[in-house]
Amino acid sequence: MAGARVIPLHDPERDAARRSRHVEVVPEPAQQQSETPDWERRLADLLSFARRRIVGDYQIDEFGFDRDLTENVLMPPLKPLYEKWFRVETIGLSNIPMAGGALIVANHSGTLPLDALMTSYGIAAEHPAQRHMRMLGADLVFRTPLLGALARKSGQTLACNPDAERLLSSGELVGVWPEGFKGIGKPFKDRYKLQRFGRGGFVSAALKTGMPIIPCSIVGAEEIYPMIGDIKALARLFGFPYFPVTPFFPLFGPLGAIPLPSKWYIEFGEPIRTDVFGENAADDPMLVFNLTDQVRETIQQTLYRLLTQRRNVFLG
Amino acid sequence: MTPKVVLVTGASRFLGGHLAARFAANPDIERVLGVDTEPPPRDLLRRMGRAEFVRADIRNPLIAKVISTANVDTVVHASVTANPAGPTGRTVMKEMNVIGTMQLLAACQKSPKVRKLVVKSTSAVYGSSSRDPAVFTEDMGPKDLPSSGYAKDAVEVEGYVRGFGRRRPDVNVTTLRFTNFIGPRIDTVLTRYFALPVVPTVLGYDARVQLLHSEDALAVLERATLHDLPGVFNVGGDGVLLLSQAIRRAGRLNLPVPSMAVPTVGGFFRSARLVDFSPDQMRFLNWGRVIDTTLLKKDFGFTPRWTTQQAFDDYVSGRGLKPLIDPETIEAAERGILDAAARFR
Repeated sequence: MAGARVIPLHDPERDAARRSRHVEVVPEPAQQQSETPDWERRLADLLSFARRRIVGDYQIDEFGFDRDLTENVLMPPLKPLYEKWFRVETIGLSNIPMAGGALIVANHSGTLPLDALMTSYGIAAEHPAQRHMRMLGADLVFRTPLLGALARKSGQTLACNPDAERLLSSGELVGVWPEGFKGIGKPFKDRYKLQRFGRGGFVSAALKTGMPIIPCSIVGAEEIYPMIGDIKALARLFGFPYFPVTPFFPLFGPLGAIPLPSKWYIEFGEPIRTDVFGENAADDPMLVFNLTDQVRETIQQTLYRLLTQRRNVFLG
Repeated sequence: MTPKVVLVTGASRFLGGHLAARFAANPDIERVLGVDTEPPPRDLLRRMGRAEFVRADIRNPLIAKVISTANVDTVVHASVTANPAGPTGRTVMKEMNVIGTMQLLAACQKSPKVRKLVVKSTSAVYGSSSRDPAVFTEDMGPKDLPSSGYAKDAVEVEGYVRGFGRRRPDVNVTTLRFTNFIGPRIDTVLTRYFALPVVPTVLGYDARVQLLHSEDALAVLERATLHDLPGVFNVGGDGVLLLSQAIRRAGRLNLPVPSMAVPTVGGFFRSARLVDFSPDQMRFLNWGRVIDTTLLKKDFGFTPRWTTQQAFDDYVSGRGLKPLIDPETIEAAERGILDAAARFR
């Protein structure tokens, strides 16, 4: 266990920082009393947001991404989940460029796509450029009422090559989970075993636009809803790709929908360049297969490394 | 380059009529013929000036005689429409759209003088579904072929136009795929829809809507007629509005209807003669549709003057739509609350 990383529960440095921040906060209200207090500014923000929503004074892009709504309504509820419940730690955020297109490719797990939500929140909250990751989703998402509209507003779009290429070439950060339902709906015994990476469509999109691929490994999401069974008949009835049975669902009904508080690590690896293969590289199936394998292998190895460093599922 | 004799179909409607008026005002064009089954409204007829109106049905072979005797060299087919004339107008509309186009193209093929054909098509040919890419380019096709309605008409019309282009390679064919039109003067299903005090939408869906100002539409059709710009082009304003956002900008109230109740509600609006939506237009209200206009700007050489949002705002102010809650009231309320809060400090 000599190589294991020690993560102290009470980091003296961080505690000190927190204390010093507390000290700094004290003079602030006194200083601002003469101007506008914090709650009033927040009220002003809230009112101006409400007014913009009522009169429709906001912009959406051609994919339906509503930045105003995402930043003010959709992202904030993820904060406690990210910081307190899963205590997500991001590693290698500097591998995500400050600007310009890049394709983040990650492993998918956890029965419900919380891993995608946490990754996008992590980048929006912790990356210095606070970039919004534009995720590529399955068509089931967009077919579903309410969910589909919400997904578009939060910046997602259908996982298809035209959309991926359009986003990448317009300099967006794109997130893709190429395992799809095979990854997110795999039984608990197969945890952290990467499934097939689709047909490599994401690689050809990156090759066509010459944008780098950033492998992303997520540890912790596999344990939030350990799927020990799959009721095929019910899945068919509702048109779902699977109907999960976890130790708490459907046994405890809605209570079973509370994810287990596992400790998460999200590591962004070194970008893999795709602009070095020349033109028409996307039409070379062997190159696409090899790159797909390379990305998959990188993520798998990183997962194994992160797992050996992890001592406890819930404490990290 | 500049055509001598122009024939415009659908001359009693907004686009055809105003287009004929624009050509009539152009001294380089010798003769302008407007064709439609019914005479244009009086004010439109006045605008059309020296343009001649020919009351003819393009479904009738008579149209061939009109084209050959008048030495027509340019045909602008602007009569393909999504707006049925009345509750029973759908079948007639389909006849006009499809059979009319067939007959017109047959007449064009017979006449050796025809040099140019401009067809007003629609972006509805791309269909509208959850499995479509977010933005359509000209080389894409629909995932599910539209099974009925205007979209199917348009697909068939484009098919005949392609066939005509193969048989008469000497004719410059321009096909323009327009988004929905909006503007203070034009009357379409959509302008009537947004004018409803309470606007029904489908619960759980929020379509991305791209619009084109009717003046831009006229300018594009005019440019296609006066210059040789063969090909297929998407035509739409920049930017996108969400359906819910558009309803808010118009100051209307949004009434989400569960999709099960949509046929009933749609039937009510149809029988009340308020708005007549066909099934493919209902799908459009679910998913919406956005098209890529790069070709229009680069190859066709036209950039719409109005963005989608500006065009919509122009429609709202031009129609004098009174918002249910005045935006100034909202702003005043915002200021009032903030002032009250400041006093509490």
